[in-house]
Amino acid sequence: MLGGKAGFGIDRSATALGRLLNKLGYRVYIYRDYPSVIRGGHTFSIIRASRERIAAYKNKVDFILALNQETLDLHKSRLKKDCMCIYDSDQVKVPPDGCCLAIPLSKLLKEENAPEIMRNTCIIGALAKAIGIDFVILEEVLKKEFTKDIDLNIRIAKLGFNEAKELIRIEPLSQKSLPLLTGNQAIALGLVKGGLRAYISYPMTPASPILHYLANIADDFGLDVIHPESEISVILMALGFAYAGKRAAVGTSGGGFCLMTEGLSLSGMAEIPIVIILGQRPGPSTGLPTYSAQTELHFALNAGQGEFVRFIVAPADAEESYYWSAVALELSWKYQIPSFILSDKELGESTFNFDASRIGTIPEQKPFLWDKKSSYQRYKLTENGVSPLTFPPVENGIIKVNSYEHDESGITTEEPEQTTLMQEKRLRKEKFLAEELEKIKALNLYDGKNNDIALLCWGSNKGVCVEVGQRLGLKVIQPVVINPFPVRQFKEAIAETKKVICVENSATGQLPKLIKLYGFNSFIKILKYDGRPFSVEELEEKVRACLAARG
Amino acid sequence: MTTQDLGTYAKNTWCPGCGNFAILNSVKAVLKSMQDEGTPLENVVLVSGIGCHAKIVDYINVNSFYSIHGRVPPVAEGIKLANPNLKVIGFAGDGDAYGEGIEHLIFAAKRNIDITMIIHNNRVYGLTTGQYTPTSPLGFKGRSTPKGTIEMPINPLELMLASGATFLARGFSHGIEQLKKIFREAINHKGFALVDVLQVCVTFYNMYEYYDKRAYQLKDHNPQDYSEALNKIREWNYHDDSKIALGVFYKKETETFEQRLSSSKKEIIDASPDIQRIL
Repeated sequence: MLGGKAGFGIDRSATALGRLLNKLGYRVYIYRDYPSVIRGGHTFSIIRASRERIAAYKNKVDFILALNQETLDLHKSRLKKDCMCIYDSDQVKVPPDGCCLAIPLSKLLKEENAPEIMRNTCIIGALAKAIGIDFVILEEVLKKEFTKDIDLNIRIAKLGFNEAKELIRIEPLSQKSLPLLTGNQAIALGLVKGGLRAYISYPMTPASPILHYLANIADDFGLDVIHPESEISVILMALGFAYAGKRAAVGTSGGGFCLMTEGLSLSGMAEIPIVIILGQRPGPSTGLPTYSAQTELHFALNAGQGEFVRFIVAPADAEESYYWSAVALELSWKYQIPSFILSDKELGESTFNFDASRIGTIPEQKPFLWDKKSSYQRYKLTENGVSPLTFPPVENGIIKVNSYEHDESGITTEEPEQTTLMQEKRLRKEKFLAEELEKIKALNLYDGKNNDIALLCWGSNKGVCVEVGQRLGLKVIQPVVINPFPVRQFKEAIAETKKVICVENSATGQLPKLIKLYGFNSFIKILKYDGRPFSVEELEEKVRACLAARG
Repeated sequence: MTTQDLGTYAKNTWCPGCGNFAILNSVKAVLKSMQDEGTPLENVVLVSGIGCHAKIVDYINVNSFYSIHGRVPPVAEGIKLANPNLKVIGFAGDGDAYGEGIEHLIFAAKRNIDITMIIHNNRVYGLTTGQYTPTSPLGFKGRSTPKGTIEMPINPLELMLASGATFLARGFSHGIEQLKKIFREAINHKGFALVDVLQVCVTFYNMYEYYDKRAYQLKDHNPQDYSEALNKIREWNYHDDSKIALGVFYKKETETFEQRLSSSKKEIIDASPDIQRIL
């Protein structure tokens, strides 16, 4: 664990530490915890490394890197008996008991006249020595991670390295190291894979990093990345892009999505494809802006006036984020419907290994295009409800889209027969979409020794549930597609199960409420709604209590 | 194709004598002449909001996006950015553009994006049957303000000038020849153009007589001059009984948003190799 004040550069250093362990062949996961301030306030990251794949954090840590006294005071409970600590002896006056390395970071920085932010690099250098990593390996990582003042950073790291002593030796593993990505980066790359041409977004935590990331790689992929005046403008602009034939996505959190709902409904009526990334955080209202929650499942399901088809997917890690973001964009265009990628702060801003070999082939989903022979009607009635698409400028085809109820040509109508036909046409798509999704893996199942009892989870909770499931020998069921719900796959997954424990970061249990609609009842709920995801120990304890209490 | 052919089978449901007919007929005539001069009409996209004005897209047989109340600018901007070769013309009412969606108008002007906004400014809500709008005069008695409004109107042209619009004009639905001329110029203008049309609602706010008495054509006016434009725009504040100038107030050529944006339009067929490189 690395801790200090906001503005100390904790985030960047946590990534560097993660890369260092990753380079040794370990699987890495980084949890980030920061307040909604620019400077000051306590910020920390937990960097976890393991031989096996992981996607959750533990409360207890092996090492604490403290840039200030507050870090030690606030995180006392994380210290294990044999925990080791490296601290800035210029800041920390009351060090913990046990195995400690006192490094005078500020003093060392002065030697090189380096800025205070480089205390990070210095403490990373000390850690590398403490865990027995060769300096050359650290040097390689720093060169990749830092773009500014590389030489100075390396010199500072060396000073920290030399000041420390070896406490333990972390042996490199023989397995290949894998790329590290945040959930947000994986979502962004998945959209690009799915043919994204424009990303439009107004900054809002936890979705803003997608905007920043895509803005940075826009030139490489020929993307238009635009930050307009409001989320209302965001979604309308994206629909304009899509009308003109360019695949567009938008990203926001609950508050921004509130403003997008009229645009969402327009997408449903006018049958214009759009992908919406909804990064959840605790509400209501401003809530806890920089923390995590799973509370917008029903909001995504029900937002927007009227009845229309939508695709909702809730990926859980970097690979799922990549794969399903590509699929969401493809399906959106195939069915001319809005698609949601339901993320949250925990998924979006945590760092995961990205194992390309775990990603299935993204099924090819060609949009239904006009053959340019028959006369063109934007809303032509068809068997599956999907009308041929074409984009301006096109000869002999007039493309009229409409927010009003309309006829096949897109001209406004208020006739009852037309209204019925068009409403049925739009809703017809759901059946075909659902059938298509039942053919691909829309739900993940992790078998345990005891398949009588299952943990049910969705989205970012998967990592911790799978780990606890393995420890306790329980099955884990994780629906990835939320709508249309993969009823058949869920039935099969739950068939042998006698007891289902639903784990969710909400106060009411949103997934159980949804599944009830499909006739599945009486789940035990383990809920957490303090903005922090479950730690492995916390969830294990709660599940054990559940098992003991209910026999 | 004649202007007749530019129509559709949609039944026109505007009130007889509605000022919208003047806008419809002028736009059709301009489209026709654009076509005659070699601009294929498939390159044109019309965008409308919600209100009486918005039906115009049902009545013109070219590409259109019948959007929602207040949101014409962002839709038009998205279309323009996706394909800068398209001519995008937005239609909006005064409640729509100056009320519900005013921020979009300000930002579209700020960006100087090459779209044309034609505002059907009848200074009353028609389709919702007679409430005051942002340009109704102080004391306007509408169904939501039976004792008269207690707020001054905004001067939309002044606001647009301050926001960075590079073409600003005012027309009047009693003056179809001038409307044609202004629309043509606005559509040809490279940058954000807005035409405020005093479009009379015969049912809820019949201002024909009032406007006929006060309206006059701008003469010896230099639209390149910001201060001169501002002075002329301020001559009438949409409340006082002063003279009302018609014509082009302001016109300036400068770089557009899409010109600044289009530096990196690379066509990607398969992004996979580049994604691999990032990983």
